Amino acid sequence: MVARILPRPTVLSQPYWDGCREGVLRLQHCADCAQYQFYPRIICSHCGGTRLAWQASRGCGVIASFTIVRHGISAAYPAPYTVVLVDLQEGPRMMSSIVDAEPDQLCVGARVEAAFAEWSEGMVLPVFRLVDNAEGESL
Amino acid sequence: MATKNISGKVAIVGAFDTPVGVIAGRTPMELCVEAALGALADAGLRREQVDGLVTCNAMAQPLLYHAEAVAEYLQIFPRYCMGVGAGGGTTFSILHHAASAIATGMADIVLVTMADSLRSGLTREQALLVQSSTGHPEFEQPYGPTVPAYYALIARAHMAQYGTTPEQFAQVAVSGRAHAARNPAAQMRDPITVADVLGSRMIADPLHLLDCSLVSDGGSAIVLTSAERARDLAQAPVYLLGAGEGHTHEHISQAHSLTDSAAREAGERAYAMAGVGPRDMDFAQLYDCFTPTVLIELEDLGFCAKGEGGAFLQSGATLPGGALPVNTHGGLLSHCHPGNPGSMFALTESVSQLRHCAGDRQVANARLALVHAQGGIMSSHTALILGREAN
Repeated sequence: MVARILPRPTVLSQPYWDGCREGVLRLQHCADCAQYQFYPRIICSHCGGTRLAWQASRGCGVIASFTIVRHGISAAYPAPYTVVLVDLQEGPRMMSSIVDAEPDQLCVGARVEAAFAEWSEGMVLPVFRLVDNAEGESL
Repeated sequence: MATKNISGKVAIVGAFDTPVGVIAGRTPMELCVEAALGALADAGLRREQVDGLVTCNAMAQPLLYHAEAVAEYLQIFPRYCMGVGAGGGTTFSILHHAASAIATGMADIVLVTMADSLRSGLTREQALLVQSSTGHPEFEQPYGPTVPAYYALIARAHMAQYGTTPEQFAQVAVSGRAHAARNPAAQMRDPITVADVLGSRMIADPLHLLDCSLVSDGGSAIVLTSAERARDLAQAPVYLLGAGEGHTHEHISQAHSLTDSAAREAGERAYAMAGVGPRDMDFAQLYDCFTPTVLIELEDLGFCAKGEGGAFLQSGATLPGGALPVNTHGGLLSHCHPGNPGSMFALTESVSQLRHCAGDRQVANARLALVHAQGGIMSSHTALILGREAN
């Protein structure tokens, strides 16, 4: 059986992955320019500063773009599934997937919120839900 | 800082394509060498006259020191030798580096030869493995994006921002196939309609099968030398008049814009070097790994206003006989796409057109062309201006 692709955390990114396991989406925040960034780096992608600290994101954003993959990349990725770019309220854009939605419910600009999905081998990945769909559900 | 202009100082003097499509039983190295020998014969040059060699690695036969291996196979002993890897932009991004080497005396005759066998040399599983290696390994790949999915994200964003339609993307495939129908070397030559594209299997919404480029075997090579040296050789030289690059990101989630690309900067730099503009071009070869790329490149390279790529395509301008024929060989969508070497064929086709020996698909009185390639996910762009005259 082919396994899903697993992220390999680094010392730098470990707090991000720990946060996912705890149900918190964390972003690096720059003490010099007060902006957030993703993915994690050793310098701020806005000002070049190095005083970066992890902060919890609200986990809210909008779909910047999306696709429905009809032919999965391996047997571990049964199609159809979604690949989306989410613009978080804090600023950064990240790739993710939408869960608990029909493909025709997706549109650019739709509001989404973070959820967390068991991937495998103890890794938890951030995914997103359409906000209206998520009402009344506990994450 | 003043830049030394290499415009018109270097020319393509030899060009050759191997057969393309499904070429079973031939290794990428063999195709690479066949292309090299063909281009040298076209130029009327001997192997031992080559003192610069540029290649790119083959996915179906990866080698740690690819250019050196090709030199060894050919028994040539260059003083300028490198293998490059910039995805689909590999071909063009290297051309002006090679031209700079010639202009600065680091090499006199540079052979650029590239081949791969994505169709016959890789199993389906290997091809998918190569695909899955695109994307950020920690923050993108786990979500299972396929290569078509990345370009679908760009397409969807353009649709949302400008009202572009799947019919307009499909017109890119229709146009490429109309050109390929006139090219006996093309892998796919049967004309198609917009309805055919939209009726083909959905791969990653909004991209259908016919919005995606081919998977091919094939090799292609060119020979470059100085404008002075070119005058004494077998073929009418095709001059490098302008070159420009633009690089904005590697991963699509990090692109500052999903709908504006660095094709704009690449084009502006190439036009400035050549002292010409988009309206001066007799034809253009635009990187067409998926249909949306051509639509965006038409906008960013100045052939139409931003957001009007769809309307420009639907006007028929890019078709044979149109105001700006695009991908006159059929492009990656219909001629062939053997991976990194793919855009080489846009270059050799441009040489044929500018020599006025492109047969049934000759663009009448073609004098100036823009050729463009991009690598990554609209990440790295290179634009070149080629011409029949040195200035």
